[in-house]
Amino acid sequence: MKMATDGLRVDNPQDTIEALSREAEMLKKRLEDEKQKLKDIDMCRATMNIENTGISNFVMKQRKMLKGHHGKVLCMNWSTDKRRIVSSSQDGKMLVWDAFTTNKEHAVTMPTTWVMACSFGPSGEVVACGGLDNKCTVYPVREDDPAAKKKAVATHTSYLSCCTFTTSDKQILTGSGDSTCALWDVESGQLIQSFHGHAGDVMSIDLSPSETGNLFISGGCDKAAMVWDMRSGECVQMFEGHDSDINSVRFYPSGDAFATGSDDATCRLFDLRADREVNCYKKDSLINGCNSVDFSISGRLLFGGYNDYTVNVWDVLKGNRVTILYAHENRVSCLGVSPDGTALCTGSWDYSLKIWA
Amino acid sequence: MLSCMRFRSCSHVLIRDNVDGMALTPKYKPRTESLPNTLSSAMFGNGQANPEDNPNYLVYKKMESIVDRMQDESTGVPVRTVKSFMSKVPSVFTGVDLIAWIMKNVDVEDQAEATHLATLMASHGYFFPIDDHELIVKNDNTYYRFQTPCFWPSRCGEPENTDYAVYLCKRTMQNKQRLELADYEAENLARLQKMFSRKWEFIFMQAEAQAKVDKKRDKLERKVLDSQERAFWDVHRPVPGCVNTTEVDIKKACRMNRHSKMTRHNYAVPGGRISPSVSEADLHNPCESIRHEIDSLKKKLEKRRVKISKVTESYVAFYEQYAEFDPFIMSPDPSNPWVTDCIDFWEMEKTVNPRDIPQRRVKRWAFSIEELLGDPAGKEQFSKFLDKEFSGENLKFWTACRDLKGLAMKKVNCKVHEIFSEFLAPGAHNPVNVDSRITELVRTRVENCPNRYCFEEAQDHIFKLMKSDSYSRYLRSDMYKEFLSGTRKKVRLLPAIASNFSAFKHSS
Repeated sequence: MKMATDGLRVDNPQDTIEALSREAEMLKKRLEDEKQKLKDIDMCRATMNIENTGISNFVMKQRKMLKGHHGKVLCMNWSTDKRRIVSSSQDGKMLVWDAFTTNKEHAVTMPTTWVMACSFGPSGEVVACGGLDNKCTVYPVREDDPAAKKKAVATHTSYLSCCTFTTSDKQILTGSGDSTCALWDVESGQLIQSFHGHAGDVMSIDLSPSETGNLFISGGCDKAAMVWDMRSGECVQMFEGHDSDINSVRFYPSGDAFATGSDDATCRLFDLRADREVNCYKKDSLINGCNSVDFSISGRLLFGGYNDYTVNVWDVLKGNRVTILYAHENRVSCLGVSPDGTALCTGSWDYSLKIWA
Repeated sequence: MLSCMRFRSCSHVLIRDNVDGMALTPKYKPRTESLPNTLSSAMFGNGQANPEDNPNYLVYKKMESIVDRMQDESTGVPVRTVKSFMSKVPSVFTGVDLIAWIMKNVDVEDQAEATHLATLMASHGYFFPIDDHELIVKNDNTYYRFQTPCFWPSRCGEPENTDYAVYLCKRTMQNKQRLELADYEAENLARLQKMFSRKWEFIFMQAEAQAKVDKKRDKLERKVLDSQERAFWDVHRPVPGCVNTTEVDIKKACRMNRHSKMTRHNYAVPGGRISPSVSEADLHNPCESIRHEIDSLKKKLEKRRVKISKVTESYVAFYEQYAEFDPFIMSPDPSNPWVTDCIDFWEMEKTVNPRDIPQRRVKRWAFSIEELLGDPAGKEQFSKFLDKEFSGENLKFWTACRDLKGLAMKKVNCKVHEIFSEFLAPGAHNPVNVDSRITELVRTRVENCPNRYCFEEAQDHIFKLMKSDSYSRYLRSDMYKEFLSGTRKKVRLLPAIASNFSAFKHSS
């Protein structure tokens, strides 16, 4: 404790606050300057001469349609087996599909309507979901009656907006409207680590794809995206720039960057190494928010699901739009590229899910 | 203008009903739309709430700026009064004119996108087809009319069912053909009458009064007002099967509700934001919190950053390396199962039988050690190679540490000791080569507070060792080269697949 100096300062706290604020402002400016120096070139210009084969003749068609929900589809997730899908909807149902045959394998009725988040475990044998019940519940899907063996794992003080298993079925990471994220032990339901820092509802989380990462990212209604160290619970990097809520965050396949989708109708690419936004994907004719983003395997294509019922496909490197899919009859609430990159699944408020390839 | 005032006034006079508005349209079952009571006031009937809190506000504003431009007298969409056989159709424009204007003034790609945007704006009620309940825009000579700003969704909150009842009731009083109720409206009216049976008399009186006012209006003015009022209800009580664009995302509605309850705290932090490292206690001491921020800023200044040109290069390199593995960029070999309904591709990706592993998988192992270890067959090969080099324990240790991180809590303690005694303790079974400083660090942790991350430095060290040393030797080894060429031969033996592949490429 620096009692002596503190003692002096207390006499005139206003001065100290001002002086400190000034110093903080100065440091902020220096940081901005430093960051500006690194912007030696515009990404879109640097990639102007990159070959376009494969992009210029990009075609994507609807291959399957999954019908069975009686409410808005709010969330979907692929299984690691590359063909099964779990989806949750506002009618309080969670469905497990074999998307390839379009058969429903399991249907679980939740105690709450509005199941806003669902996720497959890495083994493909468990699914987790939650929503307005503020809880995250894990169900085994190999059982005949998954609901009989359910396990309530996580409890937040507001709605559960997103959840994802880590490297095993034994751990789950959740994000919530109470502006925190948390890591839970599935078996005991104990909290392993909580993550405080967002000044608004957390909307989306994503785990680093790199084995040694120990990182995850989160985005929320405070317009900020944060990078977290799972071990310490500390926010190691923060990215700002969006003009409205961030609805979705997704790691670039190498793990060095991530994309965001926001209510400000833009998607952006933030780079962890450059510590700044490196590209922004937008168009004047796009006015509705983006709910969900995902990358293709090579990181060249970025898919965005929008509130205007469309999916826009962006060229990550050049920054232009590759194509637009008039995908659904209502908002596209969620989307995901299958783990092997062979298909894109979209879920919508029009009660359906579609597979594109 | 007048009719808008009427809505306002009647919603104040009548008792507020928190009846779920959408339960009226048969498409929605009550259960699916039922909300906790705390929410319903935020989502429905929030006439008093700040319009900027509405999650759709941003979209409304953007649409309104386009509508403003559309309504410009000289550069906007040409609006005229059309004389038809017996009567006049006031203040309309055609779908063709509208789409042409959008194509010229908004950066849409093609006519399809222009039509999409126009339909979207129509479904939000900014303009509407003059004689259709379905708010869509077609690129033809159908007539459309602009909505009056006081009916814009940003200006009026969600209207009450009583307002709707008054409106429908009024329509039944005006015996004009164009005002006749559609089937679904008649059904809604019957339902509302049941719902509000007690105060139906009052609703009826309101409707009568409104109808009387309407009658006194100029004929053309009435035509316009009637259509605008109808379009307003087409937005808020859409035809079954049409999208209700005033619905908001449930997550955003939760927040909207919370905002109106909670007064914003002012933490006196520069910029108004709380930095992530600030704890609750700091918030009571602004000096402390600013100092915290200064510390974190200083730390950030020390961080090494990479130039944009460099990161761009890395993206391009990543793309070039992975393009052939991206099914959206290049058709996979033999084919994309979703496109051809043939699952050979998945079988080939799954197999662990060394003879059946396709070459593209083996090629990928050379991209990075993560790729190699990410493929079960690759990991097995590498493990065999390490065993030959007498360093198989490195991979075993690294795998054990990785699995430890995802282990169930109750098993962690036991596993930590197991790993320590197998790989690091003096006289360990499978000793790994970690320097004494790290071993000591890990040992104190294992003894004092064993947790799932206590081998971090050792794991890192071993990973770097494998990556820089064994992995690069493996890639240069005959073992890898033979494996790679072995798979190549196999692919050459299957000309059928190759020709299928090229045929598919042409057809798509």
